[in-house]
Amino acid sequence: MSDDSDEIILSELDDDELVGQMYDDLYDGLKEEIEEAVNILLARGWTPYDILTKALVGGMTIVGNDFRDGILFVPEVLMAANAMKGGMAILKPLLVETGAPRIGKMVIGTVKGDIHDIGKNLVAMMMEGAGFEVVDLGINNAVESYLGALESEQPDILGMSALLTTTMPYMKVVIDTLKEKGIRDDYIVLVGGAPLNEEFGRAIGADAYCRDAAVAVETAKEFVLRKHNQMAARA
Amino acid sequence: MNPPDDQTLTDTGLPPEGRGRILLIGCGALAREVLDLKAANGWDHLDLHCLPAILHNHPQKIPQAVEAAVTARRADYAEVFVLYADCGTGGLLQAACDRLGVAMLEGPHCYSFFEGNTAFAARDEITAFYLTDFLVRQFDAFVTKPLGLDRHPQLRDMYFGNYTKLVYQAQTEDPDLTEKAKACADFLKLDFERRYTGYGDLETAMRGL
Repeated sequence: MSDDSDEIILSELDDDELVGQMYDDLYDGLKEEIEEAVNILLARGWTPYDILTKALVGGMTIVGNDFRDGILFVPEVLMAANAMKGGMAILKPLLVETGAPRIGKMVIGTVKGDIHDIGKNLVAMMMEGAGFEVVDLGINNAVESYLGALESEQPDILGMSALLTTTMPYMKVVIDTLKEKGIRDDYIVLVGGAPLNEEFGRAIGADAYCRDAAVAVETAKEFVLRKHNQMAARA
Repeated sequence: MNPPDDQTLTDTGLPPEGRGRILLIGCGALAREVLDLKAANGWDHLDLHCLPAILHNHPQKIPQAVEAAVTARRADYAEVFVLYADCGTGGLLQAACDRLGVAMLEGPHCYSFFEGNTAFAARDEITAFYLTDFLVRQFDAFVTKPLGLDRHPQLRDMYFGNYTKLVYQAQTEDPDLTEKAKACADFLKLDFERRYTGYGDLETAMRGL
């Protein structure tokens, strides 16, 4: 993207130009510029939900596509995510106040024995951006931690993440426990992490393996819609 | 035979010499250690072919690369043995080796087999970040640059915030390397521990061939 962003006065841009500039600034990981632009759009009367979906998520979608296509790499995606996080921090309390639409709810956490959370954090952020309420359990979660959160939060989706070959089998421990308790089908179970693959997801009884944060969001939307349709058909 | 320089092992690997009954197909990060064991024990029946060590950072590419190497070279040898552990392939390398009918190293990764798989598993230290001799020498190529820490040092906490210590698993006694490993720990703002492992289960596995 351009290197002349220093010369651009964000407040002088019209709305379309500003959103385009936010796409560039997200791509370049410029957190302060994103925060400034979010505040400008709020001052111009944009709803927090529109800023989130049209500017931030729109920009991160480009980042996600270029990551998927091998144009961008992890460090740049993390810089972009950090910039988006800055914008989200401003919008989040306002989204609650303004009652933005909510697609569903997700409980997410890295499994026991694993402290890696970069992918999990990206998924959580993109899910929030897509309109999901996300309860993040953090790292190193034993089955009891997941069960407790499922009971107290009553989410639509359980998300589990692992980066290590040695820790990914723990996902099956969690799913088997859900089956034993007769509650497996109450939740959509999505799994992800570098050493996982679709075959592993199927083998452990997850609903889907998600290759990256963008796929996680699309998969979650699809499953939640399917779940709602099934519930409507039964009603 | 002397190994090529570390950068060549990282980017290109090492071709086989074309001598010996058993071909070892392994990670470039193990070249020095394997050649050292070969020389020290007179294991002339073993030939070594290393794939680029940087595959360590792209484990999803390892099964295909190993399969291609086995297929291309196996006709020239009586036996092929794969000097990789699972190495982040999520069982796909084991599946490829099973399909090809070749054996491979046991364990999740080199940190485990250098220490000894049983001893490593017993430690259960989930907040340790490991470096071997090779990875200390190639720290910039495997950590600093691919993680973007040279360009974006502020990402350090996102990558390493949940770690508490850097464990340098030393395969050899080398004070200079220990100093460099300490500097790596300082750079990542982690506590430092040096643990001499020697060649661990790598040596045991090669001795059995």
